[in-house]
Amino acid sequence: MEKSAELHIRELKKIAAEVRIHIVKTVHHAGAGHIGGPLSAADLLTALYFRVMNVRPEQPDFEDRDRFVLSKGHSAIALYSVLAERGYFPREELATFDKIDSRLQAHPDMKLLPGLDMSSGSLGQGISAAVGMALAAKLKKAAWRVYCMIGDGESQEGQVWEAADIAAKYGLDNLTVILDWNRLQQYGWPGADGRERRAPVERPVERWRAFGFHAVEIDGHDFTEILRAFDEAKAVRGRPQIIVARTVKGKGVGFMENAHHWHSRVPTAEELAQAIEDIRGGLAS
Amino acid sequence: MTKTAELISMRDAFGDKLLAMSREHDDLYVLDGDLATSTKLDKVAELNPERFLQMGIAEQNMLGVAAGMAAAGLQPWVCTFAAFLVKRALDQIAVSIAQPMLDVKLIGAYSGLLTGCTGKTHQGLEDIAIMRSLPGMTVLAPADAAELESMMEFARAYKGPVYIRVARDAYPAIFDSGHRFEPGKGVWLREGSDLTIIATGTQTSRALEAVDLLAREGVSAALLHLPSIKPIDRDAIGRAARLTGAIVTAEEHSVIGGLGGAVAEVLVETDPVPMERVGVMDLNSESGPNDELLRKYGLTPADIAEKAKAVLARKAGRQVSGCAGHSTIGG
Repeated sequence: MEKSAELHIRELKKIAAEVRIHIVKTVHHAGAGHIGGPLSAADLLTALYFRVMNVRPEQPDFEDRDRFVLSKGHSAIALYSVLAERGYFPREELATFDKIDSRLQAHPDMKLLPGLDMSSGSLGQGISAAVGMALAAKLKKAAWRVYCMIGDGESQEGQVWEAADIAAKYGLDNLTVILDWNRLQQYGWPGADGRERRAPVERPVERWRAFGFHAVEIDGHDFTEILRAFDEAKAVRGRPQIIVARTVKGKGVGFMENAHHWHSRVPTAEELAQAIEDIRGGLAS
Repeated sequence: MTKTAELISMRDAFGDKLLAMSREHDDLYVLDGDLATSTKLDKVAELNPERFLQMGIAEQNMLGVAAGMAAAGLQPWVCTFAAFLVKRALDQIAVSIAQPMLDVKLIGAYSGLLTGCTGKTHQGLEDIAIMRSLPGMTVLAPADAAELESMMEFARAYKGPVYIRVARDAYPAIFDSGHRFEPGKGVWLREGSDLTIIATGTQTSRALEAVDLLAREGVSAALLHLPSIKPIDRDAIGRAARLTGAIVTAEEHSVIGGLGGAVAEVLVETDPVPMERVGVMDLNSESGPNDELLRKYGLTPADIAEKAKAVLARKAGRQVSGCAGHSTIGG
């Protein structure tokens, strides 16, 4: 690998660590919020806003920007943390998350916070809006692209597959969907021992290919793979793409990783200290 | 204002007007849920195909796609049967369109009871109640083709979500082609002193007939047409209550939560007077010919006249016994 690319990746890892620290701190201070899903999405969102998408934090609504829709809207704190790091708004504002009168709603509200291209929160809906945006770009003969992150639990919504069907029918090659495949949902289907959880969506690559998407599977925490997948997606013509990103729910915090009860638990002060230590430690290793 | 009783198809007027608007405005696109031949979106599909987008039989996604298009600066007009638009895709309308106040036009075709022998699954009898409960939503019901066309002009110019319920069949022309719809404004169609019939949508032409039936029996009924259910004309409703002291609402919709509900809400907060509602009662309807449906479910001009007489009896009772508000409970 080139030296400059390696440098980029080290920078991205540092930013993603800051994003993770924002996530655990904010949820701790708010006393509410999702935590496992935001941590699994942190690297992908960092890559999007710092390397992949054409955006201008100082002019968040400029017409030719790439659009992003967080269809798994309950990971809003991950998106807010990335936007704050990218300079859309002061990092201190993260402390208002989930508080009354805040621009940082529990689920993204495009009317309140500049930089949000779509409101979301009710699962399955964001991907349809992303399809509508990509369709609009085609109709307007505009060059901007649309990125949309969906969850694997969310993939149980029928609307996701209605959207997939239309995206492929209209040949929306300006649409890249990212599946945050962390393989856990809020409660899921408990097995006999009460701990085993069946994956929310089976064989996603095969499913999306059957729907007419260009599909690749990557490690959603490996920036080299992430950036390569986005480059590859951009080059695809005539078909929408999906990046099936294998991720770890709670990634970066040892005791939260792959633990379904950390879907939306609030860390105590000690847990927060441990979480920050884990995140910083992960960066050093 | 009123003239001949020439019948004009609402859905044809809708399709023709939308075609003309799609030719006039570069950002206007039409989204179909595979009912174009019924809703008359096929006029756009055939004569201006670049503006027609087939979204298939998948209403939830169709509403979401419309939201995304609007977020990207286009003006989508989504049209399917009111029943599927409002009930199947309600969460999509609420979260993706109404909450962010996106510029999507929602056309509920085949609204009301008369849906061409398709029955209760396809009738749209709850759309007003559901849509007016959404913050930011504008809810409109035209009485005839001319008013529908004017409403579409308003919706085109207005930046935000608008729901228009469109009837399948032909209705008598009430307004001239130059009639101008105004949001939040009622239209007085008849003067009268004994009571006011407040009607909306397709029920307004039946209310006009009811006024004539009542006149023959010596009852002087005013008729206030409310094409805009949200925002609603509170002043006109208050005036009706103060001037005539009794009100009957009439709508081709459930009696729960529609025009009757909206008028009652205004009256109890301003000028409470005896009121009766004409609409489909709280029960499941069925498929059948139009005239028989109207009779069985109580929506004919004669049904409106009956309710008018019932409300007049209540008004008279109130006048005889003095002010009801002064009696005490159990006293």
